[in-house]
This record gives sequence, structure tokens and C-alpha cells, in this order.
Amino acid sequence: MDSATLVAVVSIATAGITTGFGCMGPALGEGRSVASAMTSLAQQPDAAPTITRTLFVGLAMIESTAIYTFVVSMILIFANPFWNHFLSQAGGK
Amino acid sequence: MIIPAVQITSDQQIFWQHGFVKLNETIVTTWGMMIAMTLGSMLITRKLATERTISRWQSALEMVVTGIEGQIKEVGLDDPEKYLAFLGTLFLFIGTCSVCIVFPGFKPPTGSLSTTAALALCVFIAVPLFGIREQGFAGYLKTYIKPTVIMLPFNIISELSRTLALAIRLFGNMMSGVMIVGILLSITPFIFPIVMTLLGLLTGSVQAYIFSILAAVYIAAATRGIKPKPAAQAKPETSPA
Repeated sequence: MDSATLVAVVSIATAGITTGFGCMGPALGEGRSVASAMTSLAQQPDAAPTITRTLFVGLAMIESTAIYTFVVSMILIFANPFWNHFLSQAGGK
Repeated sequence: MIIPAVQITSDQQIFWQHGFVKLNETIVTTWGMMIAMTLGSMLITRKLATERTISRWQSALEMVVTGIEGQIKEVGLDDPEKYLAFLGTLFLFIGTCSVCIVFPGFKPPTGSLSTTAALALCVFIAVPLFGIREQGFAGYLKTYIKPTVIMLPFNIISELSRTLALAIRLFGNMMSGVMIVGILLSITPFIFPIVMTLLGLLTGSVQAYIFSILAAVYIAAATRGIKPKPAAQAKPETSPA
């Protein structure tokens, strides 16, 4: 297996695994935060606007780690510098 | 089935080039948004009225401005007038760019890492500026050794990493929205892309709010010297003065 094929295979496999693993952690964290938000809403319904706003802010912060993994996957598939290096080499030949 | 090569950002669509100066889609959309928003605000605020009957546009703008002021006050900045211009601009620019994805063919300029990096750099420069203006140079530098002196390298690293996180968070959210709709248009072009555009609207607006609230929290931390909690505690509603 020459190096170009190896780069392609590893990039594609890593891109899939990155998004797969990268979505598990944030999903668990968001589930726990929504659960505790529900509990506090049940205990104090008149603080609902504050709780909801804080919940959304916290969810966006947790989401950002999932977004990091997504960006890495996109870079591996669409803007891969190693693959572009091989493409330019093959184009130059 | 072949998925066509998807452009990951709108940086690659170049309209005009001269040497190394490139006029790409990101720049065109950014300037278009700036001109549209500035012209719109100038038109609305031409004759500001203070009597009982105010035009609808003026009261809409007033709602927006007072809303942003209230949010800044809740974060812990006691004098929101000083920061309203910067934080309001951040929120309005990112929010309007996110909402305008309903127009077909519009790619939000915040879906390009250049724009989000520029916005994050603005926050990175603004936080020390506001901190030095409030507390003086020595007072601001003292915030870096705030809990103990050992925290100095960690505070510096956290300054850099949270700027990077701001840029990547906004870029990732906007770019993923655009890309999902683009890919879905080639797979199931009927109803599903509209649903995903709705989701993109929601996440875009939330991200605009997040960006400006985080900038406000960083500025509050720099001007006060202690890290306030980002969650506002439930304050009892006071009657408006």
C-alpha cells in the first residue's frame, strides 16, 4: 500500500471515528444538564426565564466540543493538507 | 452516488483578483450586510420621536437596544452604556448574518474562519482595553495573578484558548448548518432541507447570543478583577423606575 492510499484510508477512517466518539460525550453532558434544568424548573417555576436562558447558554458551551470534533472531521475530508499534497504531486506528474 | 466536492467555506468563491488582493464571497457578503444594516438604522433613526406615538420601526429598535442593555447589566457590568456599542454590534452583526440564511443563495459570512477569527480577535483586543480603562494598567495586570501567582501561566493560556474557542465555536456552528443543507439538497431535496434550515436559524441565533454574552463575561471579569458566574442568579423582579 503506497503512502497516498495509506493517507486516504487513515483520513477517512479517522474522520468517521472522530465524529462518532466526539458526539457521545457532549450528548451525555447535555442530557444531564437538561435533566437538572427540568428538576429546578419543577422546584421553582417562576424562575423559568433565568433557568431556560442559563440552560441554553450551558448547552451551547457543551455543544462547542462536539463542534470541534466536527470541524476536525470536515478538515480531514474536505481540506486535508496531506491529501492535497498528494493530489498536487499526482497533478504535477 | 457521488457527493460533489463541497466548498467548506465561502472563502473559495472569488469574484475578482488583482495580485494577491482577492475579493471573495465572504468579503462581499460582509460588506453587503454592513451597508444594509447601517442604511436601515440611519433610515429609522432619522427623526427620533419621544411623544406617545412612535413609529413601529423606532420602537422595534428601542426594544432591541434596551434588551441588549438589560442583558449586559445582568452579566454584571454596572454601566452598560460604555459597552453597549461593542457588544451590541457583535450580537446584531452575527444575529443578522444568521437570520439572513433564509434568503436563497446567501452564505453567511460567519461560516468562514476568517470572519470568526476577526471577531474573536476584536474581543481579544477589547477585553484588555476595557480592563485598562476601568482599572488602570497595574490594576488590570494584577487580575492575571488574581487567585495566586502560580495561576499566571494558566490565566495567559486561558486568554488565548478562549479566544480560539470563540472563533471555532461560531465557525463550526455556521459552517455545519450550511454544509448540512448543501449535502441534503443533493440527497433529499424535498422537505428535509427546510427543516435543517430552521435548525440552522435557531442555532445561529443562539450562537450570536452566546458570542456576545461570552464577550460580556470576559469584559466583566477584566473590569472587575474577579470571575463572575456566567449564570445570572434569579433576582426578584423590581418595578421599572
